[in-house]
Amino acid sequence: MSAVLADMPETVAPATTKAIAPSKGGRPWTFYVLATLFSLYVIALYGPMFCIYILSFQDIRGGLVFPMKGHSLHWFVDLFTQVRTGDVKGSFDRSIKLAVIVTVITVVVSFLAGLGFRKRFRGDTVVFYMMIGSLVAPGLVLGLGTGLLFQALGLNASWYTSALGAQLSWTLPFGVLVMFAVMSRFNHVWEEAAYDLGASRWQSIRLVMIPVLAPGLVAVALFGFTLSYDEFARSLQTAGSLNTLPLEIWSMTLNVTSPSLYALGTVTTIVSFVVIGASLGSIVLIQKKRSSSAKG
Amino acid sequence: MKKDRGDIELAGVCKSFDGATYVVDGVNLKIADGAYCCFIGPSGCGKTTILRMIAGHEDPTAGEIVIGGQNVVGLAPVQRRTAMMFQSYALFPHLTVRENIAFALRVRGKSKADRLRAADAMIEKVRLTQFADRLPAQLSGGQQQRVALARAAITEPRVLLLDEPLSALDEQLRVQMRQELRRMQRELGITFIHVTHTQLEAIALADLVVVMEQGKIKQAGAARDVYAHPHDRYVAEFMGGQNVLSGRVEKVNGASFTLAQAAPDGIEVPLQARSTVSVGDKVDIAVRRDDVALVRPGKDLPPGCTTSLPSRVLAIEYQGYFVKVMLDTVPDDEFVAYVPEKTFFADPFTVGDVVMATWATGSALPLA
Repeated sequence: MSAVLADMPETVAPATTKAIAPSKGGRPWTFYVLATLFSLYVIALYGPMFCIYILSFQDIRGGLVFPMKGHSLHWFVDLFTQVRTGDVKGSFDRSIKLAVIVTVITVVVSFLAGLGFRKRFRGDTVVFYMMIGSLVAPGLVLGLGTGLLFQALGLNASWYTSALGAQLSWTLPFGVLVMFAVMSRFNHVWEEAAYDLGASRWQSIRLVMIPVLAPGLVAVALFGFTLSYDEFARSLQTAGSLNTLPLEIWSMTLNVTSPSLYALGTVTTIVSFVVIGASLGSIVLIQKKRSSSAKG
Repeated sequence: MKKDRGDIELAGVCKSFDGATYVVDGVNLKIADGAYCCFIGPSGCGKTTILRMIAGHEDPTAGEIVIGGQNVVGLAPVQRRTAMMFQSYALFPHLTVRENIAFALRVRGKSKADRLRAADAMIEKVRLTQFADRLPAQLSGGQQQRVALARAAITEPRVLLLDEPLSALDEQLRVQMRQELRRMQRELGITFIHVTHTQLEAIALADLVVVMEQGKIKQAGAARDVYAHPHDRYVAEFMGGQNVLSGRVEKVNGASFTLAQAAPDGIEVPLQARSTVSVGDKVDIAVRRDDVALVRPGKDLPPGCTTSLPSRVLAIEYQGYFVKVMLDTVPDDEFVAYVPEKTFFADPFTVGDVVMATWATGSALPLA
């Protein structure tokens, strides 16, 4: 009989988490202090960017500082038509292509690394720390070294060879770290169950692991894309003769003195937000699809 | 209806993960085709490892595992025609009930129409039709268990392996699902091997109960054998329902011997299965808790009782149809009497009362 009692599931005491602030009466004075602090923080964070977005919408008389002179889309047109502003379109194309390549490689390699690190193996800590090491290494130095190495080997540095490699040294460790976090929530019993039911290794990856991990893989992809899209330090010495977008913007700050520069800032921000929105949207969509297919 | 035999034979099966300590240490066992077998033991006794070796998720370090006359060591679960139901069910979280159940057919390349038809038939069998399009997270524990059972059974395995299938459920549901498991086993007519740490579950379900300790089988037999005739102290204490006493043999008299104890004349124990006992041996005996009768001092003992041990009542627990009376009869061991409710309340004891604990002499069982 005692066995019955011993096996009863433990009754969990109801959670007694209450809001820290008392519910009755007004808010304490600390709330207003902290709210002010937070508002100042938000202004400091987004204020400078908003200045740039606002100033990019001036008309032809516009300058680089406030006050705002009229409003139009003149500088956006200028950005993509005037040659003197530099190769914005070309560098934008290259940056997007490079980011896509980096994303694909990051997702595939991070996923495989995640699979590899499920079990401990000889030298796993060494591999792990070597990977983390490239996160810690100063980007500029790493880029410089990559550039030198290419030169020494007699290879031409270009955005799709040396810059790709330099960027991967940055995105891969990030991707793998995110993948570890994602993998830690994957119950290995699912794989075992798939094996038990007769799935081959490949079927178990395709039918169980990838669908279950899909939201996490999107997150890794998002990391890869955004890290590559605005990478500067590692690309500086490795991009060769053709610039990526961050390099182009940097060179523009040195010689372009019109609100075109600000228009470019606005455009790149919009692109970033579209990418982030698409990623988050796809995660939501995956989850929606699951719960709606489940409603019946 | 089934063509393949699902009888299992384990011969000298050993398993060591680190090469030094053996989790499973030389297990020999025969399980008949279509039997319901329960492995029972405390956690870490190797019962789950045995299950996983039969399932093909672990390879034995030594020994043979024979299913239906064929040594299956090294074969994949599909080739063994076994199926496993995992402890936490391991349902695929992104697939609906129907898709989960159809999974095994999907990886075998059955057409969509075929596999959904088969899945729906199975869903009906486990009474989940109205939940077919739900995700596992939207089901209760009992429903999840039925999905897991259906998913494992759809491939028509010859052996179904269940790893603590009821441990995630609450008490009431557990009793209900227990019956459902037994019903499914009868319907499918295949061998079930069930790992549990709950004695009641094992004796309620199993044709064959296997009690394990530290990688070894302590006793294997029918539920009633193991419960009523435990081989040794470990099995007696683990299965419960027994009082275990130990003492030295004072004298041997033909078909019985006398054990020195707190009783004035010692305890008379029939030899039963135990063949040799000599004076001076230290012997454990078991007396079923429901065989113990309590008599007030000075009153006559019931017929057939020759031993009575003076005891003080330590605690009393009302259990419904019986009353659990805890006594200080023996110094180091627990001694408990299960007194029928009506008998107890005809002349109730209170804590601190002195009583005589007695039992029919024939019911004392010497242990190995």
